[in-house]
Order: sequence, then C-alpha cells, then structure tokens
Amino acid sequence: MTQLPEFYQELVTSVKSAFPENVIEVTFYQGDVLLLVNQDQIHEVLTFLKNEHRFLYFCDMVAADRFTSEDRFEVIYNIISLKSQKRLFVKTRCSEENPTLPTVVDIWPAANWHEREAYDMFGIRFSNHPDLRRLFLPEDFEYYPLRKEFPLLGIPGSLQLPTTTPDSKV
Amino acid sequence: MQASTKIVEKGQPLFFKEHQDKLYKSLEDKHTTIEVSEDDPLGTRMILNMGPQHPATHGVLRVLLELDGEIIIKNRLDVGYLHRGVEKIAENKTYQEFMPYTDRMDYLSPYASNVALCLAVEKLANIEVPERAQYIRMIGSELARISSHLLWLGAMIMDSGAISMFIWTFRERETIYDIFDKLAGHRFTVSHSRIGGVANDASDEVLKMIKDFVVNLKSEINGWKKLMNKNRIFFDRNNGIGVITADQAISLGLTGASLRATGIAYDVRKFAPYLKYDQVDFEVPTRLEGDNLARYYVRIEEMEQAIRIVEQCLEKIPSGPIRVNNAKKAYPSKDEVYYSMEGLIHDFMMTDTGVCPPAGVECFHSIEASKGELGYYIQSDGTGHPWRLKIKSPSLGNLQVLEHVLDGQMVADTVVLIGGLDPVMGDADK
Repeated sequence: MTQLPEFYQELVTSVKSAFPENVIEVTFYQGDVLLLVNQDQIHEVLTFLKNEHRFLYFCDMVAADRFTSEDRFEVIYNIISLKSQKRLFVKTRCSEENPTLPTVVDIWPAANWHEREAYDMFGIRFSNHPDLRRLFLPEDFEYYPLRKEFPLLGIPGSLQLPTTTPDSKV
Repeated sequence: MQASTKIVEKGQPLFFKEHQDKLYKSLEDKHTTIEVSEDDPLGTRMILNMGPQHPATHGVLRVLLELDGEIIIKNRLDVGYLHRGVEKIAENKTYQEFMPYTDRMDYLSPYASNVALCLAVEKLANIEVPERAQYIRMIGSELARISSHLLWLGAMIMDSGAISMFIWTFRERETIYDIFDKLAGHRFTVSHSRIGGVANDASDEVLKMIKDFVVNLKSEINGWKKLMNKNRIFFDRNNGIGVITADQAISLGLTGASLRATGIAYDVRKFAPYLKYDQVDFEVPTRLEGDNLARYYVRIEEMEQAIRIVEQCLEKIPSGPIRVNNAKKAYPSKDEVYYSMEGLIHDFMMTDTGVCPPAGVECFHSIEASKGELGYYIQSDGTGHPWRLKIKSPSLGNLQVLEHVLDGQMVADTVVLIGGLDPVMGDADK
C-alpha cells in the first residue's frame, strides 16, 4: 500500500489507539482514505471522529449490496472536516439476517434522509432513527429495489397504479 | 366542526393507502412536545397539500403543511415522484452508456453532471485527460452553472411576483442553448463529455460565440442588479425569510450557494480542485445573513465569477488532442474508425465493454455543480459495469433542510423558499 499522507496517518493512529480492536482495515486508493470499522463500535468511532477530529460536515452516505453470504450489506459514511479541509470515508458492514445498524442522526442530523434512502433501497434498518419511513418509494411497496436479486424490469403488480377512469378497475 | 379529529382519520386516501397513512402520521408525530389544541372554534387549523403538480414547487415536490391560519406549524416533504432508479440502471450499463442518464438527473445543468460522472470514472480507472479537453469541460461546466442560475433567477423572481425577469433570463439561456448546439450537437441534454476526453473539439466559431455571450451577459447582469437589488417589493419579500444559521447549515448538510449564503465558504472547486480550477483566478462569494436575499446575492455573484472563469479559460485554452490516445481507455477518433480496421474494432470494444477499472476498488469524486456538491461514489468489480454507483445529489440534501426551515414561516413564503433553495427534482429523486 502506498504511504498515507501525513494528516491521515496521524488520524488513523489516533483512531486505532482509541479503538484498537475495531478498526479492521485501512484502504487508500486515488487519494481516498477508507476505514473499515467493526459494526459494534461504529457509533462510538463516528462520535469520536466528530468530537476529537472535527468531522462536522456529513456529506453523504452510501449503502451497497455485496451479495456475499457473510456481512452482505455495507454502509459508507462520507464525512468532511472543514477545519483541516479533508474528507474521510468510514465503512461498516451488517449481515443479511439482521440488517440493523445504529443511527447516526444523533451525531449528524443530515444523515436523516440518507438513512431513509438506505432503508428504502436495501432494507437496512437503523435503530433509534426518529422517522424511519421509505424515502422515494411508497410504503405499500414491499421490495428493496437496489438489492442485487431485484430484477431490473421490476416486479409486475407490485405497485398499485392510478385508475384511468373513475369506474374502471385498472 | 370536526376540528378535534386526528389528522390520520381526516385524510382518507384513495391511493397508496399505507404510504399516505404513514406520511400523515409522521406529520402528527413531529415535535410531539407541542400539544395541538383540542378546541378550534374558528377552524383555522388545516392540512394543506401542496403539489406534486403545483407550478411553484419546481417539479414534482409534494409539501404537506399543517397550518394555523397562515402560519406553518409543521410540515413534511414527500419526494420520489420522479424516481426512475438511475442507480439500478447504472449497474446494468457500461460507464459510457450511463452518461445520457446523468443529463436527465440535474436537467438544468446537464453538462456539469456529465463531467462529474466522467471525472469519477477517470479517477477510478486512472485515466489522464488531455489539457484542451479539461478546458473545454471547464467552459461547459461554467456555462451550465450560468444557465442553471439564470433559470433559478427568473423562476425565483417570478415566485416573488415579477414576471418580466423570467423572459429576460430565458433570452440569455437561449444563447447558451445555441452555444451547446454548436459545441455538442445538442441544445439541452448535451452528453458531450466522454470518458477520457470530450466528444468533439470546440471550433473557433464556438469560442467566439462564448466570448460574445459572456461580454453581453456581464452588462445584462448589471442591468438586472440595478432593477432588483434596490427593488422595494423584491427586497421586502426576501429579506429575513427562511434564515438558516451557519451551525444549522453544517449540521443539516446544506450545500452549494445556500450554504455559502450562511457564511461557510465551502466550495469543492477550492476544497479539492479538479480539472484546471487551480490554474484560474476566482473568488467564492459568501454572505452572512443566511436568508433568501443572501442566497440571491450569492448566486448573482457566482454568475459573475463564472464569467471570470470562462474568460480566463478562453485565454488559456491550448491546442492539442481532445481525447486520450489509448484504445483501452477512450473512444478512438471517427477518422480512425472509418479508415482503419483496428479503429473500428476498438470502437466496437469500447461500446460493448468500455473502460474496465481494476477489480475491488472504490472511490468518490465530486464537483461543484450549480446546485452544490455533486458526487459519484463508484465500486468496481473489474468489469465494464459499476458494481454500485451512488450519486450524491445536492438537491436531496437541500430539500432536507427545507423541512426544517419551513416551520414557523408564512404559507405564502413556501414558494419563495423553495425557489430560494433551488432544488431540481430530477436530481433529488434519482
């Protein structure tokens, strides 16, 4: 692996010393630094990053389906420190049987809709989320469309469509 | 008078019953500390559904408002009416095939969306783009920014009551369309950027058109500033409306011009310069007030800075190739395709398989689009299709803030506030 820039080296050392067991992997590709963190401690690690390293700005959250038998879903938090003008990615994984992660809305209120989107698209649940509803699709829809097994053409009849005339049934 | 009935019982949806129930219930649950008064003899409390086909919501945004007279007590936004699942489509297309879909994301500045996708893929596959192509992309992105801000200016001022501005800004947008027509071959959804460069070169005629346009736009903007800046009606309509503090903006993840109107000078062009933005001289306009008027000033100043950038690009643009000369990384030129066998094979391979980044890598690249930070997070599995492509759309983040801003405002200010935050539903709904 190429050498990390100085800022990230200090950051990774600091996080690793605070959570020695839980930082599983550090990857560095094309300037993006990504920490893989154990699911149990993700909330603590993110709180630590916000409070100690001033990652105050929540930019985005990516959910993904790895389609593996273990740790099927992963969530990547994209956070920014305006003070040091740096971006950091923190990744965590959860299983298919129990796709639950702690919410980060209490750390960054901006995560609210992003978590709703991840729930909508992948069915990942966020415990203690204040308002976990689907974001884009209606509640009546029962599938999670960005999971790999969902067909590209959709599932016929899964969404009720408006009737064309007041009397018609379809 | 059935004033004491619960909202959930009042709303009797005909359609998507469970969805509507949950939405109404959510409106009831928000701020549970506030007790809704049981007796309402004058019947001033009401639920107002605004949209999704309301002309002032700039697309298909649905706003659910609970009103006390004219004051908004609580509100909920319902997005997703324009959801087309582009992220799912992306997983089944090659990187180049996906580009026309990005045009339809932020359809007010399609050029910037194309550039954002290309830059992300180039970062992932490690492709170096020739300098001339980078300058053409920069000019295109800045013109897209001007075009988007022009539409915002016309529409927002129309939301606050003046019609004629809309016609004037659209006259300027028309010129931009003509420029894109000459440059890219399309007026609206340009798809001009290619992975590894741009589709075709900018002729001297186009560069002359752009030069004339920015000179003309400068005097137009000065005229508009004279008209609007001290206009009593416009000023009073926007001053102090929808104030967002810097702390709020940071914690709620506001982005773009609205964030800069609260005093935070976060601009991706300065934060992590891409293309040749570190070679040109420009400023990041900010304001401290954080209200709708501040957003107006910031966007007007941003247009002036965009003109500055375009002018510098026109001076600095070098001659040279516009696409990488590597058949594994970009389309060959049409000359090669028509006159050599290898060229034809390479063209076929690019269309069929396309660029293949290394397996198992992932990266994020964002640009400063007209609405804010537009980014693509791509995970590659080594094939020509992305394993997962996530779009960080600026409008979605800004709409989330709108939900917090609307509380306590007058219902008539809703349209002005939506106009001021400038969401594009194609971008927010994906």
